[in-house]
Amino acid sequence: MGMTMTQKILAAHAGLPEVHAGDLIEAGLDIVLGNDVTTPVAVGVFEKAGFTEVFDKDKIVIALDHYTPCKDIKSAELCVTAREFAKKHGITHLYDVGTVGIEHALLPEQGLVGPGDCIVGADSHTCTYGALGAFSTGVGSTDMAAAMASGLNWFRVPDAIKVELSGKLQPNVSGKDVILHLIGEIGVDGALYQSLEFTGEGVSELSMDDRFTISNMAIEAGGKNGIFPVDEKTMEYIKDRFEREPKVFEADEDAEYARVVKIDLSTLKPTVSMPHLPSNTKTAEEVAGLHIDQVVIGSCTNGRISDLRVAASILKDKKVADGVRCIIIPATQQIYLQCVEEGLVRDFVEAGCAVSAPTCGPCLGGHMGVMADGERAVATTNRNFVGRMGHTGSEVILASPAVAAASAIAGCIAVPEA
Amino acid sequence: MRGKVWKYGDHIDTDVIIPARYLNSTDPKELASHCMTDIDESFAGEVKEGDIMVGGYNFGCGSSREHAPIAIQASGISCVIAASFARIFYRNSINIGFPILECPEASAAINAGDIVSVDTKTGVITDETTGESFQAKPFPEFIDNIIEKGGLLPYLKEKQSM
Repeated sequence: MGMTMTQKILAAHAGLPEVHAGDLIEAGLDIVLGNDVTTPVAVGVFEKAGFTEVFDKDKIVIALDHYTPCKDIKSAELCVTAREFAKKHGITHLYDVGTVGIEHALLPEQGLVGPGDCIVGADSHTCTYGALGAFSTGVGSTDMAAAMASGLNWFRVPDAIKVELSGKLQPNVSGKDVILHLIGEIGVDGALYQSLEFTGEGVSELSMDDRFTISNMAIEAGGKNGIFPVDEKTMEYIKDRFEREPKVFEADEDAEYARVVKIDLSTLKPTVSMPHLPSNTKTAEEVAGLHIDQVVIGSCTNGRISDLRVAASILKDKKVADGVRCIIIPATQQIYLQCVEEGLVRDFVEAGCAVSAPTCGPCLGGHMGVMADGERAVATTNRNFVGRMGHTGSEVILASPAVAAASAIAGCIAVPEA
Repeated sequence: MRGKVWKYGDHIDTDVIIPARYLNSTDPKELASHCMTDIDESFAGEVKEGDIMVGGYNFGCGSSREHAPIAIQASGISCVIAASFARIFYRNSINIGFPILECPEASAAINAGDIVSVDTKTGVITDETTGESFQAKPFPEFIDNIIEKGGLLPYLKEKQSM
């Protein structure tokens, strides 16, 4: 029996000729990631267990992105813990205010992750790097501590759902609409303990930024990872960024899948997830006109340059509706600079948007746009759980940058004009 | 283990188990004082040492925050039983040596406030209030070892020194 793409990467990193779904294995890691919320817990666990050295100072990435620039004294103290650990162990890749970006936009951009890698991160959206043809998954702080100490993590080898993509996206329909649609189809636990393996001719029609968005939200279907095959677009993206040798894995032709889901990209419409689950999807058209108080365009899901270009193209020469707050967060410093150089920041500011330094901030109700009771946001983020962006009486509607920007102007959920 | 049941539904996410606004602390006791507050204001104040939490499908979905099982454990809960667990929560619980049991039948049948006893070795769950018994899937040996050593790091440390 053949192996899926994920199984092949795991087998290679476990030093095994083959693995099967359900096997418990220990795999070697190429990159171990943590942020300002999860790293301090990992540091505590690492030190309490009596470990004194990290396995490889070049393979650990610490990105202080969640509550930075620090929102309060306690979060500042978390950063101190992470920073001091990084300094003590000579961690090469510490990203702090001034260099930090939202981790899952930052690591691919900086060329720290690439095809064939086996990556864990103490952040659930670590599955983003599946877009590059890597096995990449979110873990907790204890896993991060174990990984920092040993360079290894244990895994239960997953089986997979094959997602066959065909056709081409319509204008103003993007990767976000693809993944929201898929989660709506299979549910928030539709891929529990499983891989989502994206295949089919439709893959080549998706930009790398679209693929990052899709892989990013695999976790919102319960998935362990969401992985794309490596093609010319992948190789073009990693060129001049990724310094290690890319390793290209392909699923065997006789690989077994638990299920096959087919999506014709040309049939998808701008899609939103209504409160309070990402699987609660509707087309934007179905809920158009619903009043909003806030718009957030950014996050590890949709804070990349192509997302902001789409948003700017809609907001340019328009005004954010009275009574609506529109917050734009470029995901990294490089993207921020691109926004400045391409004139997007001017378009945003003239439209009445607030533009922030890179931070996860409002996505998790941290800072930079926390909501009061009864308020409702349209956000390009990834979760709309109860209280996610602030008060338990506030609501988040997940959407693409195009829908979010159109809604900011309309003051209510709106469908972007094609 | 034996205790009173705190019962919750499907898709209990880590944002409601411990909201992100409290993640600026890593102190288990402080995290416990805010545990479940967004869906159950009474929990943190009234939970007793040894009580048992019962959830539905996909328990612990969402963020990878280990603060979630830490908060539940520090609140005094001795064990979580659910129809299914989200995978990161599942790993995190095992890794901190916190027993969790997957059992859809128990999750469906047990009521809030029931007195339930759990044998984590055999996976037998008994609802003493109704007299019903359930069999949860036992852990593979590898995972049993981790829980027995008190978590992944003590397990790893012992393995390295061998």
